Amino acid sequence: MIQVEHLTKYYGDFLAVSDLSFEIGEGHVYGFLGPNGAGKSTTMNIMTGCLSATEGHVRIDGFDIFEQPKEAKKHIGYLPEQPPLYLNETPAEYLRFVGEAKGLRGQDLRDQVESVIAQTGIDNVRNRRISALSKGYRQRVGIAQALLGNPEVIILDEPTVGLDPIQIIEIRDLIQDLGRTHTVIFSSHILPEVQTICDRILMIAHGRLVAFDAPENLEKRLLAPNEVTLLAEAGLEDTETILAGVEEIAEVQAEEAEPGRTGAHVTLSCKDAYEGSRAIFLAFAQAGKPLLELSVKRASLEDLFLELTEATGEETGAGPETESEPETPETEEEQP
Amino acid sequence: MTAILKHELRTYFHSLTAYIFGAFLLIAVGISAMRYNIDAAVSNFEFVLNFCSLIFAIIVPILTMRVLAEERRQRTDQLLYSLPITTTQVIVGKYLALLTVYLVPLVIISLYPLIFRRFGDVYLLTAYGSLLAFFLMGAALISLGLFISSLTDNQGFAAGIGVAVILFNYYSVSLSEYVSATAMGSVIAMCVLLLLIGAVIKHLTGSEDLGYGFSIVAILILGLVFFFRAESFEGLLPSIMSALSLFDRFVTFVNGSFDLTSIVYYLSVIGLFLFLSVQSLEKRRYN
Repeated sequence: MIQVEHLTKYYGDFLAVSDLSFEIGEGHVYGFLGPNGAGKSTTMNIMTGCLSATEGHVRIDGFDIFEQPKEAKKHIGYLPEQPPLYLNETPAEYLRFVGEAKGLRGQDLRDQVESVIAQTGIDNVRNRRISALSKGYRQRVGIAQALLGNPEVIILDEPTVGLDPIQIIEIRDLIQDLGRTHTVIFSSHILPEVQTICDRILMIAHGRLVAFDAPENLEKRLLAPNEVTLLAEAGLEDTETILAGVEEIAEVQAEEAEPGRTGAHVTLSCKDAYEGSRAIFLAFAQAGKPLLELSVKRASLEDLFLELTEATGEETGAGPETESEPETPETEEEQP
Repeated sequence: MTAILKHELRTYFHSLTAYIFGAFLLIAVGISAMRYNIDAAVSNFEFVLNFCSLIFAIIVPILTMRVLAEERRQRTDQLLYSLPITTTQVIVGKYLALLTVYLVPLVIISLYPLIFRRFGDVYLLTAYGSLLAFFLMGAALISLGLFISSLTDNQGFAAGIGVAVILFNYYSVSLSEYVSATAMGSVIAMCVLLLLIGAVIKHLTGSEDLGYGFSIVAILILGLVFFFRAESFEGLLPSIMSALSLFDRFVTFVNGSFDLTSIVYYLSVIGLFLFLSVQSLEKRRYN
């Protein structure tokens, strides 16, 4: 659907995007993740034809955005970081204008405007001035605008920034809804958001692609720490002796949490964390000491994110590229 | 393009812009017509147009200041870039909308000679010839205003520069009598002009080499020509200043001759500034 090849963008001497290549297939919600200033907006602006690239190509459904912009842009709906709204118009007027500019006419135009108004839930404010609308509604009008003309790809630049928690949830639901019928690419620097609604994550740091994978796979990729924490109803000495009897354990740090209860932080020697926790459970059961809490530590996306982005920051040069190369084919295989 | 045109027209007629522009133009023409045609009982309507043409220095910047500057400030230009329309369509659509707003009061004004005709002899050919030239001159100034608006994201700044440039153009003929007519003076002024053009090229293309290169090469050629044929620069600056004046050319029409070169000149100015506006808009994609 979208092919980005060796995209490079300089602002004067500043390198904003550096040799970025990826391919996006049909369907799914793609999350574009990266810290502020990583080059997310720049990449999106280039993909939508709002900005030129210093080098490289972007193809939308086979049409080059620089060579055949008119055809390519018909397949894209774009919501920039700041929704491009004419504040002294009503949503209905505004959407009508955008629809006409996208080449819709007559009944088709009316039908599409009605359908995007219904889809984004702005029917009750359709005749109010946009300047009087809340940020959440403005964002919806912006999304409605992107949906007009029924493009296959919807690109949203930080659609949830500056919204209150309820509005954020509503916009997320809307994005998930859209993901069923469109390819949605949206950028964010909020990890849990991307983790919950994306099928694939593109991580970008310092203008380079550092990871492109499903959220679960990304989590798996990180260390697998094999750490278990527990809280037992036993004295410090009892706990230590019980744990010493478990052979899967490499290291124990135990301390008394409160009288009669001991907390412990355990590093396992075995690969499977559940194998270790099973052994620990059985050991405590045999000793007749109840376990109150037992949890296996998971690597969060956040850890991976920090690891990957910091790595790129430190080793500028060839390092990150070698990191990103094996990932791209990996994901291509997974794609339907 | 029609989408842009309709959208712009709706914006103008929903806000005060179109009405203020029309009201100012009608008041100016009305007062002049009162003075010349009614109080002084002169039957030449073209004098009226000539007398009030200075009003353009105020109303054109009012009309054009926001047309692109505001898009840039509100970031709605991003929408225009991402829509499947070309920058040329955007500029032409916007320009046609501006012309429509300008035509509304002109249609009303075009009735005046017919009304005056009932009370005496009116030279209709001169009157309507001048009115056509008046329209083209305004259209050229509007294209200039459009270009100035494309250079900034500050409406006030666009208006200020617009007023200054139009006033300079209006008075350039009178000023040309005061500037140096010697060859040396002309050369110095030409150098400044070439440097300015170089600066505009640099701004539009973002390439320093091209801007400086143009200025340096042009000034070198100028120097060579001056070295070998200094006499050809005699009185050059004043004549350039009056040749570039849009208002001076209008006087020819008022004096009763339908000057085709001036018509072509107006049309070229319109073409040039529309072209520059497209480039200026396109340039923002290449920053």
